[in-house]
Amino acid sequence: MPYITINHKEVEFENGMTVMQACELVGIEIPRFCYHDKLSIAGNCRMCLVEMEKSPKPIASCAMPAAEGMKILTNTKNVENARKGVMEFLLINHPLDCPICDQGGECDLQDQALHYGFDKSRYEENKRAVKNKHLGPLVSTIMTRCIHCTRCVRFSTEVAGVDDLGLLGRGESAEITTYLEKTIKSELSGNVIDLCPVGALTSKPYAFKARPWELNKTESIDVFDAMGSSIRIDTLGKKTLRVLPRMNEEINEEWISDKSRFAIDGLSKQRIDTPYLLKDGKLVIAEWDEVLVNITQEISKRGKENTLALSGKFTDIETLFSAKYFLQSLGSNYFDCRYDNVQFIENQRASYLFNSSIQEIDNADAILLIGTNPRWEACVLNARIRKAYINNDCKIGLIGKKLDLTYKYVHLSDSIEHINDLLNNNSPFSEVLKNSKKSLIIIGNSAINYRDGKEVLNVCSEIAKKYNVANNNFNGFNILQQDISKVGAIDIGFYNQDFAQNFDQNIKNHINKFNPVVFLLSGDEINHSILEGAFIVYLGHHGDDLAQLADIVLPSPAYTEKSSTYMNMEGRVLQTTRCYHPLGVSKEEWKIFRALSNNFSQKLKFNNLSELRNEISNLFPVFKEINNLPSSSKLEFGSSTKIEDRVLEYNIKNFYMTDVISRASITMANCSREILNKVA
Amino acid sequence: MLKKEDKIFKNLYGHNDWNLKGALDRGIWENTKNILDKGSDYIVEEIKKSELRGRGGAGFPAGLKWSFMPKDSGKPHYLVVNADESEPGTCKDREIMRNDPHLLLEGCLVAGFAMRAHDCYIYIRGEYYKESSNLQKAIEEAYEAKLIGPNASGTGWDFNIYLHRGAGAYICGEETALLESLEGKKGLPRLKPPFPAAVGLYGCPTTVTNVETVAVAPTILRRGSKWFANLGNPNNTGTKIFSISGHVNNPCNVEEVMGIPLKELIEIHAGGVIGGWDNLLAVIPGGASVPLIPKSICDTVKMDFDSLIKVQSGLGTAAVIVMNKSTDIVEAITRLSHFFKHENCGQCTPCREGTGWMYRIMKKMILGNIDSKGIDQLLNVTKQIEGHTICALGDAAAWPIQGLMRHFRPEIERRISEFNKKRKVA
Amino acid sequence: MNHPGMINTVSNINSNTFEWSEENFSKVKTIIDKYPSGKQQSAVIPVLDLAQRQNKGWLTKNIIEKVAETLSMSFIRVMEVASFYSMFNLEPVGKNFIQICRTTPCWLRGSDKLLEVAKNVTGCNLGETSKDDKFTLVEVECLGACCNAPMIQINDDYYEDLTEENFKHLLLKLKENEKISTGSQIGRQSSEPKRK
Repeated sequence: MPYITINHKEVEFENGMTVMQACELVGIEIPRFCYHDKLSIAGNCRMCLVEMEKSPKPIASCAMPAAEGMKILTNTKNVENARKGVMEFLLINHPLDCPICDQGGECDLQDQALHYGFDKSRYEENKRAVKNKHLGPLVSTIMTRCIHCTRCVRFSTEVAGVDDLGLLGRGESAEITTYLEKTIKSELSGNVIDLCPVGALTSKPYAFKARPWELNKTESIDVFDAMGSSIRIDTLGKKTLRVLPRMNEEINEEWISDKSRFAIDGLSKQRIDTPYLLKDGKLVIAEWDEVLVNITQEISKRGKENTLALSGKFTDIETLFSAKYFLQSLGSNYFDCRYDNVQFIENQRASYLFNSSIQEIDNADAILLIGTNPRWEACVLNARIRKAYINNDCKIGLIGKKLDLTYKYVHLSDSIEHINDLLNNNSPFSEVLKNSKKSLIIIGNSAINYRDGKEVLNVCSEIAKKYNVANNNFNGFNILQQDISKVGAIDIGFYNQDFAQNFDQNIKNHINKFNPVVFLLSGDEINHSILEGAFIVYLGHHGDDLAQLADIVLPSPAYTEKSSTYMNMEGRVLQTTRCYHPLGVSKEEWKIFRALSNNFSQKLKFNNLSELRNEISNLFPVFKEINNLPSSSKLEFGSSTKIEDRVLEYNIKNFYMTDVISRASITMANCSREILNKVA
Repeated sequence: MLKKEDKIFKNLYGHNDWNLKGALDRGIWENTKNILDKGSDYIVEEIKKSELRGRGGAGFPAGLKWSFMPKDSGKPHYLVVNADESEPGTCKDREIMRNDPHLLLEGCLVAGFAMRAHDCYIYIRGEYYKESSNLQKAIEEAYEAKLIGPNASGTGWDFNIYLHRGAGAYICGEETALLESLEGKKGLPRLKPPFPAAVGLYGCPTTVTNVETVAVAPTILRRGSKWFANLGNPNNTGTKIFSISGHVNNPCNVEEVMGIPLKELIEIHAGGVIGGWDNLLAVIPGGASVPLIPKSICDTVKMDFDSLIKVQSGLGTAAVIVMNKSTDIVEAITRLSHFFKHENCGQCTPCREGTGWMYRIMKKMILGNIDSKGIDQLLNVTKQIEGHTICALGDAAAWPIQGLMRHFRPEIERRISEFNKKRKVA
Repeated sequence: MNHPGMINTVSNINSNTFEWSEENFSKVKTIIDKYPSGKQQSAVIPVLDLAQRQNKGWLTKNIIEKVAETLSMSFIRVMEVASFYSMFNLEPVGKNFIQICRTTPCWLRGSDKLLEVAKNVTGCNLGETSKDDKFTLVEVECLGACCNAPMIQINDDYYEDLTEENFKHLLLKLKENEKISTGSQIGRQSSEPKRK
């Protein structure tokens, strides 16, 4: 490997690195504002100047490719002066409003001014004033603070793929804005807040809520889609004030979706914090003892072996496991996670996982999307597809209704029928797949949520084998799950063969036949009409529509209030962290099932969370290791059946309102109104 | 003084027909094929030997620049002619384009061929409407006469020339800003490396070169590099169009030999300084970006790259702005500061923030309304800009002020002390 | 900044939807053909210029959007270009758009006095348009005709070698809708040394 000399020390670097990156190898941190790892290089802030031998002028280290034999100095008087000069220029027109700026305390400009700023201003002219811009319901602007680094512009064009932001004008009247101050139409727009090195772009919902040093910062996992993005949750008392992304190259890089970031005000709206019991047609507040006795009686009365448990979007492994074993102790095997009727093939992990891993998208040169809108089902993953599109000239094909995915694709057909053509080499995408070195197939809910779901999976598997999407070394056959709960639920067997293929009808039949007790484990998206005749026990944290139908409501904590185990779409085990105690008298679901089991003959064996988790890992060893990507599952299924014509419509109709938390969020309501023109 | 037969620009003032017919009469397009037949390496070598330095301001050896174009990149090559003449004081390319456009077009074919380019874009500043009309007409004439186009001039080389009008931005005279503008974006200079010869227009190898540089190439190749190199002084060879403006009796553009003494240039061609040579205060010898020189230097300095560097100025575009003793020298430079404030692209910090700051201090200095530390502070600000920007505009904005302070500091100190005296009295 | 070409907003005053005239539509095609296929964005400056000519010298919101559509660009990218270059006016201008060069070479030869003349004759201050829409008066930076200073530009044409007298005369003629001759106002050819 080549060598570069930095401050008289030889440093080995990798080809393709910049001088700045080479400096970082030896722990020399170069100050910067405009440079960002994940964005194109602008080199405009000039803060990262260093000296290079033979160059009369200092060079921008962020933009200069490191080269063999180069001699760099980062600690000379000249470098210091250059940086101080740039700092002074940045500050002359920057307002001295740090005390009222939300960026205060976590501001790059503030931090670096400490090292490179003068203690007094020599600038005696009036400071420039710039009108604030309206960018939508999420991003608040104080444009006088802007230092024109253009990170926000580069993020929106390059990563988010929406050409909305720009730098208008020139010289000292240059200003950042959207065209005619239109709302940024991206599901990733909140990331510009993190990217902004100053307080020009700040969070609108968080405005003036707190100072960063007052906040309790908890590292956790996002639950709004099946990626399980790494996040940090900032709380003050029992209030979640902010969610920020944590760097995780394997999953979300440095981004999160606007829903993950901003739906959190929904955590303090419409909350259930105490048990309720239906009395005279009305849900009234009740005591835990009272409701547990009530449930026990109903179970016994309605036949405990018919008891039903259905999971939902946020149901964690602990809940699923305890519910399953509680029901089995009652002699019932009636539990299921397929409220959305999304099919998989039993005992074939590859039929419900994102097998290639999310990171492998970066290396793909062809991607076939079948019945999925990744932009809404997993926005950050969609940004990766866009990255492959830009960096690898990745060719993308779509089967399903046309939509704006932020990158170009070949629209193959509206109908799932097209997979027959692919299998028979009759698709315009056949050539692309044949010529590809690394291709992926990504199958979404709408392709497999019909009674022929298993056949579709089988045919797609045949396609994957035929075009070498999956082989002995690599499996590019992927299911894009939408719920963080789904893969784990399948893995621990939270389903019943009897309910396969047509979930709604089969559950309805079961309820009609037995009128059993039904435990809804935050199963808010279940079709209400199929529950008629059941005794509904709702476990959850929000008083959404479904809770209103319940006979008994049991309060359970939201994802910020408990430590939960999940498995993301890749089959990676992840855990959330409790940021504060659950509201009111709510209890984790596993405690509820354990308490109920006391009322029956077979007590559940665990007494606390760690015993429960031990139990889970003993029975399901996949849960032993946390954060690791599981070894790839092989495609051991497949058959060629002719698939019938069916137009693929995507199930998410409003990105900003997909679950109980986001439906309770005022911020999300504002987004759907302003960005999607939908009235909540 | 340049002999008449050594002039390259024979129709600089448009006394004769600028159309193809007139051009042919002047020997333009005469057996261009012969030049091209000698091959591109020969052309580049001859230009190198002629010691022609770029006429756009930086004075980079032209042959060397042309030789940077890769031999076989597998991509299209582009020749881009920089006709965005915007440096205050400079109006020479304008005369070439409106009065002798075919001279430029023939140069494009020769230079383009030497760079293995099939396509040439001429980027002309948008305000030059009449100039672009003439040039467009000339291009059409050349296509019609098969001088350019497929099998240009019978050489077997396909060569297209397209005219592209800008829309008012000095910064687009910077070669990479020009390329950005030509790609339909704002004229923001690019980071270098990569240089245009590797990654230029549309990501392809490109050479951007000034109108005058291109226009002299065919004559050099016809008359030989030796002829050109023998004019002027070593490393500062050939002829050059000087734009003489300001306080002279007869402002004009004139083609002269490189290295002509400034005094001779002004007295012979421009009718002398208004009020006589002794009434001279200072001269900006190379367009707004170079530091001024006071009369004492003007008395003897020669007009070429190296001589002017020695007196801490520069030949730039050879735009000579003459200021006699009636000039408020502080305001003259303040106006240039205003120019750079108005024309910087706003991309990088030092120009965006610094040019406005400098202008505002300069404005106060006209009256002397500043404290005694003001001069050093202003100089310090110029130093904070100089060399710290993406392109050379930062330097261009800093140098005129540094030149002013170098030679006229006592004048400013006088204004400051007078102003402060008056203030005290009041 | 007092120049309709140096503002960052676009308005829609008095403008209905913009459609290319038939002649200009075919010109747009010719312009796009100058650039390699797929590089039609290169045409944005000439195409905006064409649209500005069709719309009495300024660009409206509808034009920005039309041009974006014509060249498959996003609105913001076209807006960036329109706001960056000083020749694109984002506000209406008068029939005679008078641009007085203010940079040092012209100033040395009396551009300030020309400004006073222009103010007096047109009744406009800098950046203003006269009530009869006949004149808009602005100052601009160097127009590159320094050997013919002081000079001004009215619409597409340069008027050079001006004095207070000949400039006043010129403006008065314009006011009366009389024809004026472009270029040097003292009979000089190009930038030749003054004829003896």
